[in-house]
Parts: sequence; structure tokens; C-alpha cells
Amino acid sequence: MSEAVKPIKKAKYINPYLGGILLGLVLIAANFVSGRGLGASGAAKSVVVATVNSVSPGHAEKALFFREYNESHPDGPMKAWLVFQMLGVIVGAFLSGAIFKRLKFKVEHSPKITSKRRIIFAVMGGILFGFGSQLGRGCTSGSALSGMGVLSLGGFISMAFIFGTAFALAWFFRKNWI
Amino acid sequence: MGPLIVSDIITQNTNFFLAFLIGIGFGFVLESSGFSSSRKLAGMFYGYDTVVLKVFFTAAIVAMLGLLFMSLFNWIDLDMVYVNPTYLWSTIVGGIIMGAGFIVGGFCPGTSFCAAAIGKIDALFFIGGIFLGIFIFTEAYPLLEGFYKGSFRGTPTLPEALGLKDGVVVLGIIIVALGMFWAGEWAEKKFPRKEY
Repeated sequence: MSEAVKPIKKAKYINPYLGGILLGLVLIAANFVSGRGLGASGAAKSVVVATVNSVSPGHAEKALFFREYNESHPDGPMKAWLVFQMLGVIVGAFLSGAIFKRLKFKVEHSPKITSKRRIIFAVMGGILFGFGSQLGRGCTSGSALSGMGVLSLGGFISMAFIFGTAFALAWFFRKNWI
Repeated sequence: MGPLIVSDIITQNTNFFLAFLIGIGFGFVLESSGFSSSRKLAGMFYGYDTVVLKVFFTAAIVAMLGLLFMSLFNWIDLDMVYVNPTYLWSTIVGGIIMGAGFIVGGFCPGTSFCAAAIGKIDALFFIGGIFLGIFIFTEAYPLLEGFYKGSFRGTPTLPEALGLKDGVVVLGIIIVALGMFWAGEWAEKKFPRKEY
């Protein structure tokens, strides 16, 4: 033990099984109250549609995706369950970060890579996840977790292919993480 | 009695307000479990931190069991609960693309918002990527529409697809999950990494 080593301040996370039980109860509450599961990517889609509707209304009228979406959402893209839920997620995560003293601006990355490399990969990962979540009708929360909660076959397929692919590709991206 | 919105026990505006409260619970649990850290999330795929597995499957089991019991007690009508439809091939290919996004970017959409909420700058860039990825999908939609809407298989549940009772399948999932928790605990001891 060298004296120069500063004591590492351990991030105090709650027990993962307790976290899982609480998350399960939140998912039950969503189904009991609103008859639906949790989600995330759907709110991001609402933001994209709202942006295109206001920045380029001509394009929103012409392009097939926006035509379909706006016809099936007469109240507008932002008046959606998931939008309100995601606003809550941001507040809830901020509260947890404040209580457990984790509020800090930083780029988190392995010491073996630079911040720049981390950010480039974060953008690429986001693009893939954004695109994939539309094709797959929901992300890890909306399709995999919430789907599994109501025993949906599609939810299990989603879960298997999201986690299976990440495992299969892990070796190629190991430098970024370990 | 449940779901409350379907039974007209609450109004649409109350439903949105409750969505906000449910979201607070969702975000709080994710962040306090460590899902605001990409290296903790990615640990799942290298065995050094399997918190994702533990939280995700515990939550799924609790929800399955809870909803089954609530349905048994007539507290909730599961026929009125949204069951994700199964579009076989778009779900598979979407899942593969999302899995690649997970290992490349270290987040999924929900966790990236949690991480950004506590100041992770890489998460903000991931969120920017999500918007861009969705926009690419919307622009490519005319090309993708056939694939996206094809191979529709209805809204089957896993027990229906297997021809088994709900309770039997849930019991099987619980047993599999316990096995995975055991493997996860083993992996964390075998591939230790220091806290970051």
C-alpha cells in the first residue's frame, strides 16, 4: 500500500436485488395505473417528430413516417405517456444522484482510452440504439423489460437479441471497457 | 379494477401526472442501482459487474409474479394490459442493432437519460446519437416499411407460444434466473475489477 494512493471514494449503490424488486414494483404500478409498461426510446421519438414538425412542417407533411405518426397521434407527439414518464426519469435520476452525492460533470471512460474516443463511440452507440429501437418497436425498457413483465413473446425475443449481440461483440470492443 | 385508465377510474391528465411520478421511481431506481455508469453497465458483458443481469431479471420476475397474482385476485384485468406485438424479423434485427449499440455506446436509452441527469457528458452525446438514429430511421422509413411491418405474428405471450400455463413458464423463468444470478456472482469473483 503506497501512501501516495488516495483512498478511493466508493460509489454507494443499493443492493442490485433490492433495486430489481423496486424496479419490478414500478413496472407493476405502470401496468396497474396505465395498462402499459415503462419505456424510453418512444419519448425520444416524440422529440424527433416534434422537432421535424416545427422545423420543417413541409417535410412532416410529405414524408411517409411523419404522415403516419401524426395521423395516429392527433394530440401531437409531445402529449404522450412516455414523454411525461421520461421527464420523471430525469428528475428521479437527478434526485438519486443528489442524495448519493454523484452529481458531477464528467466523461466516464476506461483509463486506457481518451475522452474523445469515448465520445465518438457514445455517439455511434446512440445512433445504433436509436435506429434499432425504432425497427424493434422499443428498447431495453419498452420492449425487453416491459415485454417480459407481461410475458410477451416479442419481449423475450428482444431481450435475447439485445443481450446476445452485446455478448457476441464484447470481445471486439474490450479495449473501451476493460 | 386495474388498469385504472382503462376502467375510467382516472382521467387522461391524471394518467400523465402518474406517468411522471412512475418515471421518478424508474429513474431513481436505475440511478441508485448504478445504471448511470456506462462502465458498470458494460461490465455485464465482461463478467466484472453483473448488476444489469441482477436488476433486470429480478425486476422482470417481480413484475411477472406480481401481475399474475394481481390477476388471480381480480385486481387487474390482464386482457386490458398492453402486450407488445410480435413482428418476428424486425424485432430480431432491431435487437441485434440495439445490442451492437449497447456494447459500442455503453448505454441503452433509459440509462443514458439517467446518466445525463447526473452530469455524464458521454451520455449526452449518446442521447444525441439516439435522436440521430431515430431520424435516420424516419428518413429511411419508405425503404424499411415492408420489413418493419412484415412477419407479424400477433400478440402471443411466451406461454401461449410454448403451449404451457403462465404459472409453469414463470416458474421456469425464475429457476433460469436463479441459475444466472449464481453465474453472475461467480463471474464477479472470477473477473474482479476495482471500483471506478
